[in-house]
This record gives sequence, C-alpha cells and structure tokens, in this order.
Amino acid sequence: MKLFPIRGGIHPEYRKERTAEKAIVSFPTPAMLYIPLQQHIGAPAEAVVQAGDLVKKGQLLAKGVGAVSAPSHAPTSGSIEAVAEITAPHPSGLPQLTIVLKADGKDEWASDLPAPIADPFAASPDEIRARVAWAGIVGLGGAAFPTPVKLNLGAQLKIHTLLLNGAECEPYLTCDDRVMREYAGEVLDGARIMAHTLGAGRIVIAIEDNKPEAQRIMRDATKAFANIEVIGVPVQYPMGSERHLTQAITGLETPARKLTADLGVVVHNVMTARAVHKAVREGKPLLSRVVTVSGGAVQDPKNIEALIGTKLSELVGFCGGLAKDARRFVNGGPMMGQPLPGLDVPLVKGMSGILALTSAEVNERPSSPCIRCGTCVTICPCGLVPVEMAAVIRKDHLDQAAHLGVMDCVSCGSCSYICPSHIPLVHYFNYAKGMLNAQDREKRRLDRVKHLAEARNERLEKAAAAKKAAAAAAAAAKKAAAEAASTSTADNRPSA
Amino acid sequence: MLLAIGSVAIMGAALGGLLGAAAKLLAVEENPLEVELLGMLPGAQCGQCGYVGCGQYAAALAKGEASITACAPGGKPVIEALAKKLGVTADMDDHEEESLQYAVVDESLCIGCMRCLGECSVDAIVGAAKQMHTVIKQECHGCKKCFNICPTEAIKMVTVPVTLSSWHWHKPQSDQAVH
Amino acid sequence: MSVSIEKSGPFGHAQSSVSKTMSTVLVALLPATLFNVWLFGWPALLMFLITVGACIAFEAGCLAWQDRPVKSALFDGSATLTGWLLAMSLPPWTPWWIGVLGAFLAIVLAKHIYGGLGQNVFNPAMVGRVGLLVSFPVQMTAFVPPKPLFTDGAPSLIDSLGMVFGGGLSNMDSISAASALGHIKTELTKGVPVSESLPQVFDLTSMLTGMHIGSFGETSAILILLGGLFLIWRGVISWHTPVGLMGTLFVCAQISHMAAPERFASGTFHLLAGATFLGAFFIATDYVTSPISKKGQLVYGMGCGFLIWVIRCFAGYPEGVAFAVLLMNALTPVIDHHVRPRTFGRNSKGEPLSVKGDGK
Repeated sequence: MKLFPIRGGIHPEYRKERTAEKAIVSFPTPAMLYIPLQQHIGAPAEAVVQAGDLVKKGQLLAKGVGAVSAPSHAPTSGSIEAVAEITAPHPSGLPQLTIVLKADGKDEWASDLPAPIADPFAASPDEIRARVAWAGIVGLGGAAFPTPVKLNLGAQLKIHTLLLNGAECEPYLTCDDRVMREYAGEVLDGARIMAHTLGAGRIVIAIEDNKPEAQRIMRDATKAFANIEVIGVPVQYPMGSERHLTQAITGLETPARKLTADLGVVVHNVMTARAVHKAVREGKPLLSRVVTVSGGAVQDPKNIEALIGTKLSELVGFCGGLAKDARRFVNGGPMMGQPLPGLDVPLVKGMSGILALTSAEVNERPSSPCIRCGTCVTICPCGLVPVEMAAVIRKDHLDQAAHLGVMDCVSCGSCSYICPSHIPLVHYFNYAKGMLNAQDREKRRLDRVKHLAEARNERLEKAAAAKKAAAAAAAAAKKAAAEAASTSTADNRPSA
Repeated sequence: MLLAIGSVAIMGAALGGLLGAAAKLLAVEENPLEVELLGMLPGAQCGQCGYVGCGQYAAALAKGEASITACAPGGKPVIEALAKKLGVTADMDDHEEESLQYAVVDESLCIGCMRCLGECSVDAIVGAAKQMHTVIKQECHGCKKCFNICPTEAIKMVTVPVTLSSWHWHKPQSDQAVH
Repeated sequence: MSVSIEKSGPFGHAQSSVSKTMSTVLVALLPATLFNVWLFGWPALLMFLITVGACIAFEAGCLAWQDRPVKSALFDGSATLTGWLLAMSLPPWTPWWIGVLGAFLAIVLAKHIYGGLGQNVFNPAMVGRVGLLVSFPVQMTAFVPPKPLFTDGAPSLIDSLGMVFGGGLSNMDSISAASALGHIKTELTKGVPVSESLPQVFDLTSMLTGMHIGSFGETSAILILLGGLFLIWRGVISWHTPVGLMGTLFVCAQISHMAAPERFASGTFHLLAGATFLGAFFIATDYVTSPISKKGQLVYGMGCGFLIWVIRCFAGYPEGVAFAVLLMNALTPVIDHHVRPRTFGRNSKGEPLSVKGDGK
C-alpha cells in the first residue's frame, strides 16, 4: 500500500534490542498496592472504599466522576489500609490521593463481576462502551485518555477507519511489540470489537518496520479478515503521533484544533485493544498492564506484566535492580516521557515504560548560544519554528509564542534532541503551554469574579432602590396619613 | 494684499467655526480611554489598587495618576495590556506576582459580627448575625478585605495549593542566550 | 546518586554539538586550503596563520572582557572558522597587519558588538573583508600569480617572514597582477569589450583546478565543490543556498551575455571566477546570518546570486560576493519573517484547515 510522507522527524538511537527479544514475564502479586485516584486525563476518580474495608479482586475501588474520567478496581483481594496522599508518578513530585491496598495473598475474584459478552458483534455499541467504561480502560500507549470517550466518537461522527497504533516509535520501549507478538489474537479481537463499536468498516494496524516479527505475526493473524490490513510504516520518530500516523496512512492532515475523528479516523493503541478484549470477552476490569523496564542503569531489562499499583522499585528490583547510577528515571519513553521523582511511586495505567537512564544515555550538557543552524525547523514534524518560539518565550512574550503556534506543538522532543547547542526547546514550550493554560484558567476565574461582583452590585442597587422606595412609600403613607388625619379633622370639625 | 488677508481671514473664521461646531456636536460624554481601560480590568471591584473600584482606578489611569502595576487580581497580563494601551513601559520589578489566596474563617474565633459580609465584593461569605460565617472557597478571589476588617482576626488567608492539574513546568534555568 | 526532575524531556540527545558542526566545516575547507598553501607558498601560509590566530585571540579577549567562559567558547571553533574564511578571502600575499585588522573587524566589530556567537547580523568574515577592501584598496587588490612551493621563484620561509612582517611587500606593484574579474572590469573602462578581454584571462581548466590568480582560498572550484558536497552529505548545509546562488548568477549572466556579449561575460565565467564557489558553499551558508528555513535559504541564495551579478557588472568593484552576502544578511530577518514553513493542520496564513477528506 502506498504510504504518505510525514514532515521532518528524527532517527534517535532506538536501543530496543535490550528488551525486544525478551518474552513478557508476570510479576507476582506484591504485598502492598498503591492505586492513585488520578491515572487518566480528566477528573480524578472518587474513592468508594475506606480504610479497613475488605475488598475482592476486581471490586470497584474508585468511581469515575463526570464525562471524562475512569474508575479503578482492586488488582487483588485484601484490605484497604488507607486512602492517603502519596507521591504521584508525576514530574511535580506532588502527592495525590491514593488507595493503599494490603494483599491477603488469596487473590480471590469478586463474585459480582459482569458476565462476558458472548457475541460482542451482536451487542449494541452502547453496551460495549458501557462495559469498557466500567472496566476503567484508558489509552495504554501513554496518553491515558479514557477509552470509552474515544469509542463514543462514532456516535457523533462517521468513522470509516480504526487505526491501531503499533508504531511504538519511542526508543527503548518494546511492550507493544511483545504484546502484538504474544497476544496477537487478543489484540485483533479487541480491535474488531472497537471497530464494531465505532462503526468503522476498516481496520489498519500500523507497525514500524523495525518490528518485522510483530508485523509477520499480526499479518498471519489477520489473514482471515478482508477489512483488516497490517501496514509497515517507516522508522521515523514521531511516527506514533496520532495525527502523523493518520497522515502517513491516509494522507489526510488533521486540521488544527480538530480530532482525527473529524476525518473519520480513530486511533487506538494495541495494548488498549487487548484490554477491551478482556473486558468484553472475559468480563474483567483493567487490573494490570505490560511495561518495559529498561535503561542503561537497569541490570536485566525486561517486559513485565504487573498489577496497577505495584511500586516501581519492586519492578526494578525484579530486573536485578540498578547496576549503575541512574541520572534520570522516566515514566514512558525517553522522548516524550515524564521524569519521575523516584522509584517509590506506583505503576499506573498509562505507564508504558520505566527507564533508569545513565548520564551517558541522557547526554545532557549545558546549553550554549543558538547558532541558527535551522535543524529544528527542518525536523519539526508540525512545521513550526522552534528557535523563534523559544526566543520569545525566553523573554516571556507568551502571546507572541501563542501566535507562532506553540499550542500546535505536540512536545515530541525532536528539536531538543537534535539541537547542537543543547537548548531545552521543548522545556520552553512546555513552560509556555503551562503558562498559557494557567492564564486561560485565570481569565475564566476573573470572568466569574466579575460576574459575581456585578451580581452583587445589582443586588445592592436593588436593595437600595427597594429601601428608597420603601422609605418613599413610608413617607408618602405618613404624609397621606397625616393629610388624611388633617382632612378628616377638617372634615370632622364641622360635623363635630 | 487686502484680498490675501481677507481670504485667509475668511478661511480662518469658517474653519474655526466648523471646528467649534464639531466640538460641540461630536462631544463625547465619557473619556473613551477610561471606558477602554475599564474593559481591560478584571472588574472584581476588590479595591486592592487603593481605589474604591475598577471604575475609579480606570479614571485615575486615564489621567495618568495611577501606577499600572497596582491591579493585583489582574496580574501580569493586565499590566501588559495596560502598558500597551497607555504606551508606557511596565516596570515589572516593583510588581510581585502573588500566588492566589482564599479566605478561611476560624470557627472558634468568629463572633458573627457580619462586617466581612458587607465588605465582600463577590458575596462569597455566607452567615447571619451572631451566627458563624463561612467563606465559599470557589467564589473567594483573595482580595483580603474581610481579612483586614475582621475584629477578632478570625479570618486567615490560605494560598491555593498547586495540584497535579494546575502544576506546570517552570521556565528553564538557563543563562545562555537562545537566539 | 543524583536523579533530577528539574528538566522536562527528552531524556536523550543526538551526538551533535556546535564544535562538531564547526569542525566538519573546517574539514571541508581543508583540501582547498592545503592546495592554495602549496599554490601561493610561505607568505600565504603565514598570512593564514596570522589571520586565524588573531581571530582566536580577539575572541578570547572579548569573552574574557565580558566575563564569559573563554575555554568552552574557544573550543566551539566558531572563531577559527571565521578567521579561516576571512583568510581565504584575502589576497594571498599581504602584510601581517591586514590579517590582524581584518580579524579585529570580523570578531570585535561584526560579532561581539552584537553580542557574540549567534547574535551577529552580518557575516563576520565578510565584514572583515569589506572593511579592509574599502580602507586599503591597494593592498586588498594586490594579487600575485601562483608561485607554488618548492618551485623556482617561490620565496623561501625566511624571505616570506621578511615580506610579511617587514617592508618586503611594499613593492608589490612589480609582481602583482589583476584577477580575472578585475582585468575585465579595467579593460571595459578602457573601452575594450569583454569579448576581447575575456579570452586573455578565461581558461576553463586552470579555473577549475585553481591554477590562476585570485584570493588565497577561492581559486580551486573543484576542491571547494568537493568540500561543499561533503557538507551537504554530512547534513551540515542543504543544497538550497548554493543552488539558489549559483543558479541565479548563471542565469542572469548567461542571459545578459547572450544579449550583449561585448558587454557581459558568460555564465560559466561568472560561476568559476572570483569567490562564487567559496561564497555559495561556505560564506552564504553561514548559519547565523542566513535564513533558518530551507525555503528562506533558497530565496536568500537567489538574492545573493542576483546581487553578485549586478555588482560585478555594474558597480565599481570587480568582485561582488562579499557585498552581496552582506546586503542579503540585512534581509535575513525579513526573509525569516515572511518565508516560514506551514504549520501542521493550518494553511499558509496560519488558519486551521477546513475538514474535508471523506470523513462524511
């Protein structure tokens, strides 16, 4: 099939060979599990258990709040120790509400789990979506956007293609690769269920050409289906970006501020498809995920299937611990992943990689002046001018940065990676995006304050007017009464 | 000579008359700059600038009497907008960006005097005479008026905490020139 | 263990650095430089070393004076490259102070006054050359015919030291000759048509190999082309500026030549004469002073090519590369502002694309 070129991009050192040939191993149930209430984009979930409660495996621990949210379930049976503030796996190092579960070692399933949907293709899209929402499934490629919301796009827009993202363009990560190789059937079934839910007639599974084995296995698995295609895409970072992958496969360019769904394409990660399969066919919520534990500092890198809530230190310990000093711990891949405050944080749904990188791998250097080489402009997959944006952000001219398109930046990291002067370009953009979002929130807050102040003024004016009217009325009444009295006296006098 | 003087004099009289008439006919009631400046201000009527409300501050700004950095709730964006409009350079050095606060009533100290209720410009305090008052956290915009007036120091100002959703990356710490 | 979270990603970096880029350019300049050292002998080598050394010294002085880290900035190679390019654009035999003064103009005036590396508007080497050219036209146009090392008539090292540092070059008139471009211009002012003067200086083979009169580093078209292709292969420069420059120069020259052969030299001559190749591959491609986008570089290259032709054919100076590059440098911010890539999902005006496709 003919592919369409995408703009720019880079070829980082992939270092996938460390884990690519290592089969997924299961991590045994740990003694303690820490399930944060916010593991997804959207509103945090609300705990429905409290300290002292006994829970069974698969039982609801926290329910989703609002339209964009996701519930969490007990990864194993045990007792709730606390619902407490615990350091989040987040670059801020801030604490967040987390359910602490002490495993009882029995791993007993709850009895009230929903029954498997025997024939999902006969079921209504609403039934599938409800099941996926119940299971607490979010995008497992890293973005952690609630999957049912994305599956709902078929209800508003005409979706023709489900694009299954197996590009895995981030260096180091091989968990999608391994899942495709080892659970091809489950991935495929999940994808077919999702396509049915979306009303998409065609499924395209896109896999980068550096994963020939996964391509072969997925091709074999899809032979029986005429509407499913496995397409090898060139090794070019950031091929796995939703918009860029859509462009490479369909040639369609997603307009700014729109979704790929507006073009009739919905993109889901391969591991998400597997989670959908489990929720629909087995009636099981999302309790575990496959994560790549790698990086030069890790003794024996592995792909591990572990329960959500397992402490990262235990997973790294499972890989032989740290052989060298780590300079950075990263949640996700090295390009778009977030730094971790340490390994004393839990595994969450959106965590595709746990990397312990040495200073040689990170290759950080103090930045030097820009020499205007223009490489960042050439490689920017979004057609932006990173050097110019960074220059205005440095002077805190955020409105200019917005005008230059900083909000169109996908933070893929290519410009920072390639910059010969080691200028932290993406950090500047992340800062500007954060500030612009904060300003936006602030503006909305001030609008509300203004509205309240106006309401108060109106109230005071009304009250004053009422008071005045009342006073006037009282005065008038008094006067009238006095007049009446005087007239009556006057009237009465003759009669008196 | 006379013709020249005469024609210039007539022209002067005619044009002067026209201008005078225009000034009368097209007179603007309000200072348009003032209205424009008022539109830029947050409109919280908080009085932290030292004026009674946003309108008075806008009037002072239009006359060039007030500093453009006085508006606390507006913060940097408002200062920048005012600077641009008034064509002055904003001296950010004497402006400290304060983190957002909200007021909390200490239940043990509140005597229910109702004074704070009258001060609050956004009706964020609820309570009745001799009853404990409380602040609706979502509506409080941290103007400190209640804090200043409370006779028993029952009101505390609390900084709105940074959460996972409001946190964002700080500016890179780098001395080197970028461009 | 020092794990830090104060920096956002990416957590990895290409093995690229400013010094690596600069040294690649220096490597690309090496063949032409070595050839010309051989061609013009010891005085040229001395001039080259003086100019590069003076640039490095001025750079160090400026950095130290501004309390900026000297060592790291010196090792980035930018001052070396500026000195190297300046030396290549000077006549091969010049007194020492020409090199030092040129280095002062380039590093102090053109670079550090603007704030140092990356901040300058004008190409430092060309500011140096032009400053010298307008101040010392005699010394700057005193070219010598090739006198290769170890051949008869080539000055020895001792002689050369005397020539460069003593007054040995004061009687250059007796040995100096005009460059090809200079010859044509002079003859034209005397009323000799180009069609007559050109064959006297235009020899395709010698111009390709570099066995002809010219500035220290500009004579060998083939070796400079080799260096330029090496830079393109290594991804240091793109084809846009060189192709834009040479293409436009060739087209302008060739059209005018066909219209009036007695007044205008041919396109081939303009390409091979003077500093066209050096300018196209090494001078106009200077990162700091040229546009950052590829499209912008094409526009910029075309502007340079056109101006070179205009200056060479109509202005008082026989050679126009330095002037053309400086003039286009001034336009670089304008080009950068107007010629920019199209943002993903937006049209060239920056408005979001409309949803089309077969989504409905």
